[in-house]
Amino acid sequence: MKKLLLATALLALTGGAAAAQTVRLGTEGAYPPFNFIDDNGQVAGFEREVGDELCKRAELTCEWVTNDWDSIIPNLQSGNYDVIIAGMSITDERSKVISFSENYFPPAASAYVAAEEGADLKGVISAQVGTIQAGYVAESGATLLEFATPDETIGAVRNGEAAAVFADKDFLKPYVEQSNGELMFVGDDVELGGGVGLGFRQSDTELREKFTAAIQSMKADGTLNAALKKHFGEETPLF
Amino acid sequence: MFSHCADPKALEGFSWLFCYLTSGKHLDFYTSFLTVLTLLAVTAPTALAFGFGGAMAARSHIAPVSWLGKIYIVMVRGVPDIVFFMFFVIALDQGVEWMKHQVVCPDWKEPIRQGLEFRVCPEAKVPLNSSSQIWHQLYGFGLAVFTFSIVFGAFAANVLYGAMNAVPRAQLETAESYGMTPRQVFRRILVPQMWTYALPGLSNLWMILIKATPLLFLLGVKDIVYWARELGSAKTQAYSYPHPDWRLWYFLFLLVAYLCMTRVSEILLGRLSARLNHGQATAAGEAMRRAAQ
Repeated sequence: MKKLLLATALLALTGGAAAAQTVRLGTEGAYPPFNFIDDNGQVAGFEREVGDELCKRAELTCEWVTNDWDSIIPNLQSGNYDVIIAGMSITDERSKVISFSENYFPPAASAYVAAEEGADLKGVISAQVGTIQAGYVAESGATLLEFATPDETIGAVRNGEAAAVFADKDFLKPYVEQSNGELMFVGDDVELGGGVGLGFRQSDTELREKFTAAIQSMKADGTLNAALKKHFGEETPLF
Repeated sequence: MFSHCADPKALEGFSWLFCYLTSGKHLDFYTSFLTVLTLLAVTAPTALAFGFGGAMAARSHIAPVSWLGKIYIVMVRGVPDIVFFMFFVIALDQGVEWMKHQVVCPDWKEPIRQGLEFRVCPEAKVPLNSSSQIWHQLYGFGLAVFTFSIVFGAFAANVLYGAMNAVPRAQLETAESYGMTPRQVFRRILVPQMWTYALPGLSNLWMILIKATPLLFLLGVKDIVYWARELGSAKTQAYSYPHPDWRLWYFLFLLVAYLCMTRVSEILLGRLSARLNHGQATAAGEAMRRAAQ
């Protein structure tokens, strides 16, 4: 172990001179179609496409890293990666600890999905831990049942543990459409958050500006809208 | 991987399953078994070394050394594993980067701690941002081995400490009366005999270590449980191989895999135990002697 550490340290030391700026992008890899691990074991989805394009425009070398949703903010702060790109909505609460780029996904609806019509939306509702949806459920007076991964929140509805799941509508839609009628949207959609943005350490203003500029250029020439349509369908809200 | 798997959505039945089970993600899953086995193979001897050092320190006649050994045992045994794996690893990682920072960036003006943020100069990152992914993985794996070794080393130290005290005093006195130095007594008489007392405790630790490997994921290393959960979760059409929630099957597979690992360990440990008991002045050794008569 000590030898390994030493070897790593030495290698890192000697490699220091050649270091161009490499930016590590942290994502969850479990939130299709935003980000997921495809069948080749690579990060894929809307954010992969957008992230790669942003890095190209900002002239940065980027490396993808996956991290649990739970600890995604603390690991950014301790420097394990430099950018969070994980379908993270811009909220006031998060803005106190990290800073966001301009949004690359417009403010979107969250929705309830249940296994039957007329599910009790004040009953047990599942949501992913640490999301704006979890916060909303807790305040709505329903009983909040939290899970570490988005997939488990839907699993809880299928096996009857929760009456409904509350999450981003764009995430839920494919699951509803491909469930052969087992799952359905219930209740009204709710507008939450200020869109999805990239998360940065608050001290990293320069990097944030670079990415915001790249996002603006993608908005201006329509490439961002094209990516949105490709991954979320024709009716998705555009910029 | 195979050419006929190029269009997974057109496949059916057995060939679908074959292509599914040989997808890149499944290969990662199979490789993660090697990761876990490597971790066990590296951690077990390291933890034993930590344990041996801890037990020797705790038995020392020099008071500060003995305190150090005892504090190590008490502290680590008393802290919940999960706290240790969350807190200690971050502290260790930041400690390494902090020290490197002091060496390579003496002119850095900004504070390293800014509120919740930990910021060293880019050249002091371990490994560097620009290092290839393999170094990041190796570093994570190294941290994992070190942390596991410290935790399990403390338990092993306690077991070995007890085992050293269990060796009959008469044995050591006899050696002393033959004129052996304390060091010789320790090496020739105490250590060879203590294993038979230590083995039950150590074999428990080994079993617990096997089952504790999923903690690897907390350290950022993707282990078999992570992959089983990831592969088993329901997949939409966004994936090449859509399927409903199959976690049950993956976890059943894990159950069998873990049972195989522990069963093989039990058999091997049983043999080792028989070998160590041979000719010992213990109840088990006595039973072997009578059986052989």
